[in-house]
This record gives sequence, C-alpha cells and structure tokens, in this order.
Amino acid sequence: MERDAKNKTVFDPFKLREDFPILRRKVHGKPLVYLDNAATTQKPNAVIDTLRNFYETHNSNIHRGVHTLSYESTLMYEEAHEKVARFIGAPDWRSIVFTRNATESINLVAYVWGLRNLKKDDEVLITLMEHHSNIVPWQMLRDRIGIKLNFIRVDRSGELGLDGLQGLITERTRLVSVVHASNVLGTINPVKRITDAAHKAGALVLVDAAQSVPHMPVDVSEIGCDFMAASGHKMMGPTGTGFLYGRPELLEGMEPFLYGGDMIEKVTMERSTWNELPWKYEAGTPDIGGAIALGSAVDYLTALGLDNVSTYEDELLEHALGRLSEHEWIKVYGHGGGESVGVISFNVEGVHPHDVAGVLDEEGIAVRSGHHCAQPLMADLGMDYAVRMSFYLYNTKEEIDLAVEALKKARKIFG
Amino acid sequence: MEPDQYEYILDHYKNPRNYGTIEGADASYEEGIPSCGDVVRIDIKLRDGVIEDVRFSGTGCAISQASVSILTEGVKGRSVGEILSMKDEDMLSALGKPISPVRFKCALLGVKVLKKALLVKAES
Repeated sequence: MERDAKNKTVFDPFKLREDFPILRRKVHGKPLVYLDNAATTQKPNAVIDTLRNFYETHNSNIHRGVHTLSYESTLMYEEAHEKVARFIGAPDWRSIVFTRNATESINLVAYVWGLRNLKKDDEVLITLMEHHSNIVPWQMLRDRIGIKLNFIRVDRSGELGLDGLQGLITERTRLVSVVHASNVLGTINPVKRITDAAHKAGALVLVDAAQSVPHMPVDVSEIGCDFMAASGHKMMGPTGTGFLYGRPELLEGMEPFLYGGDMIEKVTMERSTWNELPWKYEAGTPDIGGAIALGSAVDYLTALGLDNVSTYEDELLEHALGRLSEHEWIKVYGHGGGESVGVISFNVEGVHPHDVAGVLDEEGIAVRSGHHCAQPLMADLGMDYAVRMSFYLYNTKEEIDLAVEALKKARKIFG
Repeated sequence: MEPDQYEYILDHYKNPRNYGTIEGADASYEEGIPSCGDVVRIDIKLRDGVIEDVRFSGTGCAISQASVSILTEGVKGRSVGEILSMKDEDMLSALGKPISPVRFKCALLGVKVLKKALLVKAES
C-alpha cells in the first residue's frame, strides 16, 4: 500500500501482516483487529514454522544423549540462549535462564535470592505501577521473613515520583525491583537512573522488562541491572516461554530454584552438586521446541531492527492518543508527555469497561478490560477497571480508527 | 448485536428491578468475578420452600447487572427445587437476545449467586 510521503514508517506494516496467519481470520464476521498485545502477541510464520520443523525433524530430549537428534536439539536449545543473550546485550549466554514467563523469572529471584539473603526489616523497593507479578512475590517474602516492602509513587501524568528517590533507597534497601515499561500506562521508566541510585546504596536491581524488550532496544549491560525478567510470548515467541537474565556472579552464588533432572552435576545417596549455568536453574525437561521458536522470534525482531519497531509503534501511539483525545467522553490515564510504549488505558464515560470491550469484540476488535493485574496502581489512579489497547508492529492506523468508531458505538448503546 | 437489540438489557441495567437488600433475609450470598470485578449480592425471603421476596445489589457491567435484575423478576413464587434445577440456558434465553459466549460468565453470575444463597441456607 502507498504510504503518505510525510509518514515516517520505516517498514511496511501491510507487508509485514502477511507473515502472521492469524491476522487473516475473522471474528464475528469482521476482520480481526488485535489490540491486546500487552497480554500476548501473535506469532509470525517464522516462529510457527520453527516449532513445526523442530517436532517434525529434530525432536529429542536435550543433553546426555549420544544420538544425532539429541545432539541437534541440544545445539538448537543452547543457540536459543545465545540469541536471547545477544538480543538484550548480555555478554555471556550462560546468564540467560529460560523460564515459562516473566512471572516465573521474578519468582525465581524471590525464592532463591530473596528467601536466602533477606532478613527481617530488610527493605525491597518496588513501584506502584508494578504488575502483580512484581508485587505478590515480595509480599510473600514480607509475610514469611518480615521484610519491608516500600513503593515509589506514581504521579497524575503517569510518571514515577523519583524526586525523593535517594530518600526511598535507605541503607536497609537490599533490592529495587522496577518495571521498565508499565503494562497499564505504557510509561517507560528511567531504569538506568534507578539502577545507578540503587547500586550507590548497595542494593541490587531487578528490571521487569516484559513490556519493553518486545518493543524497544534494551541492553542489560547499558542499564547495569543485576536481574532482568521478560516473557517470550509477548515478543512473538510461543506461550510458555520467558527468561531471566542474571549477573553471572550472582547466579553462580545462588542456590537452585527447582531440583531434579538436568540441574545436577553429580548425585550420590548422600548429596548432590549443581550443574553449570544456566542448567542449574533449568530443572527437568524444558520447553525445548518453544525455546528454539523463541529464538526465531528474536531473529525476526532483530531483522526488523528494534529501533524501527519502536519508531513505528511511536507513530501508532501518537495517532491513537490523537484520535482518542477528539472525544471528551474518553478518559485516557497517564500519557502526560513522558516516554511510553504503545499501551493506552482509558475509560468511556458512563460505560463499564467490560461492556466497551464487549461491543468492540462484536466488531472483531480485541482489547482488554479489567484491572490488568495492577490493582494497586488502578486504585491509586481512581479507577478500578479500564479498557486497554496495546499495539505491536503489525497494527495499523486504520485499525486504530476502526477501534475509535467502535468506541463511539459503545457510547451510543450504553452511554 | 446492533444497538436496538440491547434495549431489554439496557432497560434492566438502567432501571434495575428488585434492587436493594432485605432486612432479616432467610438467605444471602455475595460473590464476584475477580478478573472483571463484577459483584452481585442477593437476599432472599422464603416461605414454605418458596421464594417470597428477593432483592439484589451489586456493581459491574451491563450484562451482569441486567441479568440479575431479569432473574429476580422471574424467581418470585418459585420453589427452591425449581431454582436449583435451573439451567444456564434458561438464564441466557431470558435475556431476549443471544449474547456472545465471552459474556456468559457475566450473564450467569446472578443465577450462580442465587443458587449458592439457597445452598448455604440448606446446609445451615
């Protein structure tokens, strides 16, 4: 399709859409408009084909096997770690632990590092814009060992209140665990600045990058954080894939998370010793095919260029914020001018978010309604529930326009 | 659904029937759907195993709140046994228009709460 000459589009989304079979389907007789990408993303042929090829050609359990298939699977599985490591700027592929999702990655840190290293009255600092996955594991530690859980507040424009950051990071702060990009407001947080401040005070830093890694260039070495958690399925990989980056010295020094096969070096009747990284943290048969297909998603993103993805999604975001602001009966949360990814939470005046999403569904448009697993933030912003639309590289401005038309319909019916 | 198809549901959503609570109710129950936040509370007055009066309160989307309003209109004078043997389809067909399966959970919240109220009462 011809694009406007003024348009900054760096790749052709219409061409790109052909890579995603699901985008050809209809919902309630209308072409699918998928605007729920913060929940999970659609998968390109490259990822689906890799899964199929793995099971058709290479399927075998990894490690230990002498036979050819096992050798191939092992190489492919290890290569997937290398791809993810390169993708987030981790110097050593052994610092990448595959998990089921970002939630499991954060739990690994809470259970392994947290339970063994934190003591009563130690402090963990998080923010009010965390996903439940970066709140509840720390509440578990608070209840089990009596740590203190402190929150960085969020202002009306959707930004973290960092003016008093030095005061919030005390000498008892052992960990600062912060979301890179909010799954509700889209806000991109200055994680490097936060990391520097935390390190100065001797605290470790975990970055929840589930909503940033798929959408913008992210480099753990540049940020300098100690841990980073992300979900593979939010970056076009299969569901059930995710990863944890950990500084190798930390991962080396920590105890295992799950115990069993493949995570051991040697087992006797008396005791066991642990395998090298990252296998020490990957007990049991992992999602081998899924991990290899995640590697293909990384290849796909790398070929497009994360700068390009980010530039294009900024265009979509700008267009959507502009279209939504045309109507005084739409209230958008956050987006006060700071940097953000393509996530917009809003409400239609007088209409329950669930009814809004219901009307949009009838038009073939997938958006999410609810608390978005961030109830403390939602309560603080004075909304219990909201509608959320979130974009990815295959979305178009035309789709956003369709969504705005459907919002008008929802208002007409229920408003 | 087109806008006019929502009329019956909207009428009940905007003018809920039997809204409120019953002082000294014989059976009461409240439950919500954690993922979407809809909440319904139902109070029941019974006489000889028959629903004499019923009131509901709650918050949530149009489908959940209208459904429970419609439900309360249909259950007065019916026996506990009749209510407990109600099928999901009975509730869904009472809405007048077909609703999408993704909204079934909303539409069925009221009948679930009503049944639980009666079951808890029966156990006590």
